[in-house]
Amino acid sequence: MNTVAILLSAFTLSVIALLVFIWTQGRGLLDKDPDGAKVIFAEGELGRIEEPAGSGSDRRLLQEGQGPSNAAAPPALTRELQERAAADASTGPLVFFFFCCAFAWLLVASAAGITSSIKLHEPDWLNQYAWLTFGRIRTLHLNAVAYGWAPMAGLGIALFILPRLLKTPLVGGKFALLGAALWNAALISGLGSIAAGITDGLEWLEIPWQIDLLFVAGGALVGVPLVLTLTQRKVSHLYVSVWYMGCALFWFPVLFLVANIPGLHKGVQQAAMNWWFGHNVLGLFYTPLALATVYYFLPKVIGRPVQSYNLSLLGFWGLAFFYGQVGGHHLIGGPVPGWMITLSIVQSMMMIIPVAAFTVNQYQTLKGNMGALRYSPTLRFIALGGIMYTLSSVQGSFEALRSINAITHFTHFTVAHAHLGLYGFVTMVFFGAMYFIVPRITRREWPYPSLIAAHFWLATIGIAVYFVTLSIGGWLQGVAMLDAAKPFMESVTVTLPYLKGRSIGGALMVLSHIVFAAHFAALVLNLGPNRSQPALFSWTIPTRRAVE
Amino acid sequence: MKNELKLLTGGMVMLGLATSLLVVLPYMQVRDVAPTEGLKPYTAAEWRGREQYVQNGCVYCHSQQPRAKNFAPDAARGWGRAPVAGDYAYDTPQLLGTMRTGPDLFNIGARQPSDDWHLGHLYQPRAYVPESIMPGYPYLFDIKDKAEKGDQVVNLPPGYAPAGKVVVAKQEVLDLVKYLKSLDHTYPAIKPQAK
Repeated sequence: MNTVAILLSAFTLSVIALLVFIWTQGRGLLDKDPDGAKVIFAEGELGRIEEPAGSGSDRRLLQEGQGPSNAAAPPALTRELQERAAADASTGPLVFFFFCCAFAWLLVASAAGITSSIKLHEPDWLNQYAWLTFGRIRTLHLNAVAYGWAPMAGLGIALFILPRLLKTPLVGGKFALLGAALWNAALISGLGSIAAGITDGLEWLEIPWQIDLLFVAGGALVGVPLVLTLTQRKVSHLYVSVWYMGCALFWFPVLFLVANIPGLHKGVQQAAMNWWFGHNVLGLFYTPLALATVYYFLPKVIGRPVQSYNLSLLGFWGLAFFYGQVGGHHLIGGPVPGWMITLSIVQSMMMIIPVAAFTVNQYQTLKGNMGALRYSPTLRFIALGGIMYTLSSVQGSFEALRSINAITHFTHFTVAHAHLGLYGFVTMVFFGAMYFIVPRITRREWPYPSLIAAHFWLATIGIAVYFVTLSIGGWLQGVAMLDAAKPFMESVTVTLPYLKGRSIGGALMVLSHIVFAAHFAALVLNLGPNRSQPALFSWTIPTRRAVE
Repeated sequence: MKNELKLLTGGMVMLGLATSLLVVLPYMQVRDVAPTEGLKPYTAAEWRGREQYVQNGCVYCHSQQPRAKNFAPDAARGWGRAPVAGDYAYDTPQLLGTMRTGPDLFNIGARQPSDDWHLGHLYQPRAYVPESIMPGYPYLFDIKDKAEKGDQVVNLPPGYAPAGKVVVAKQEVLDLVKYLKSLDHTYPAIKPQAK
């Protein structure tokens, strides 16, 4: 295989793809119509906020920031809002089930995560039992996040948004319910297997392939209503969130199937495949689900369309093209073909293009609306998550450069980076969306607004402490490892204070999840003060006069 | 974008391209590469030991891929030469690893050929490396009042065995040590035929 030829063809393909993109823009083949961005709003809804997570006064202040909107809703709007309420109602029980599972896995993953973290500085703690050894409990943490929390929350959110975007009730929700049940059964048996020492042994792919068949069946069933609803849609334009969610749901099965075929992969080739999967499950599954969430809720909450719809196009196709090829950077310096590494480094840097497109777009949409962050819990989580997407992506691009990778590879720095992406970005965005969705599907308000604030600050400070300490520790570890004059043990001892710092950050994150879950339980069990009317589609947003 | 078919086709073509580059090409290029001359296949006991290595998640802290001299001083640490694809010809699942909370183990068999060291270190790493943060694996050992016939007693430094008892290695850990000792890639790498 000629290295130069492969690199040249990859480069040529990228340039051609870019030229084709520009050409289609000029010819109007891609939807340049900025009205596309308004498809998430009903007629006459622009300028009206929607924030079911906030209290009445929050909503009033949020609306004031967007200009007055006290005029009575026009009949067309009322009709569309009724349709939206019907769309929400069609997904309610299903999304509720997904969220209950998500909460359960969030708590399981948190417990496993904090245990693993403490074990790294207290190595003799809880090591009498095989299932609690670091190598297994760490794996339980990863799998509970990767196949429990993230997909249950992300798919639940997707199932909620999709009928709204397609302006039709969900079709075939029962398939998804069965699918989710199978998926969770698979995960329970998968985690049980790992705890018992039955594993396929590849990071991100530990669950035995026999159980993976259940995941495939469950995942396919979850996909059925999405396809059915798509065919019943009442809108002609597919909003950018639909692209991300639609492709993510088709990408994931391919990744998962190819990666889990038994007997197909071996040796160094298996390592290459391993990181093709490991990185793409982040980039082509969780990331698009979370970006779809941002692209829907950010404009929806403030009642203002995405600033530049064309940029979101560029962001989508850039992600689809570049992200798939970056996985090889996990094996820099390893015994894999050199061209593969170089290709992955090049495409990692190219990821800056779609990330920049997203960042500029988010900034422009929020510009002049920063005050909204104070009054909207949903927006606060989602905007923070969006910023973390930019940070973690840019960090990831640079981490792929050989000079930086020589230091950070094989260290805790990578772990910190992974948490910035999957927690700082994806999980934060999912938190925000869940605060929005739960009142809509349960028809109850969050009983204690202060608990939302507690959750936000504990999680934010927690991930900040986690990321900063572990990044510093990982960097020092890498520098020590590159210094041949220092014994290896120095690269271990130098990390100890930072590993302890990580446990503190982790503990704050765990605490925030307990607060979140308890708040959810209080809402479901109807505990706590009944603050006001459930945040339904009453468009009589309280004016200052009415409140006073 | 009004057509979901075009959207999904575009998305799948992109993924197909990535899969060809990162999965199919390596499959054609390095999957069936011949074992490097000097590499021995695993014995049954070594293979069982390798399964212990996998089950207990050793790979999450130990790599098996020293970096080349121009990249990192791994060779100077005694971890060995940079590996080639043929060194992993018998490996599945692959255990290259991407983390070095502990040292690289590509040549641990050559660095530490002693059974006693390995067994004692697996029972209590801090008996040999005081600042180690590796967990012990007490569940791979039996604690007995007295060794029975055929028991492999672990010779620990003074003070590390429970008072008045002996620590006996279970079969699992004996296999694991056999695997660790098989990790010896000190033979020369022969460059795979360039294509």
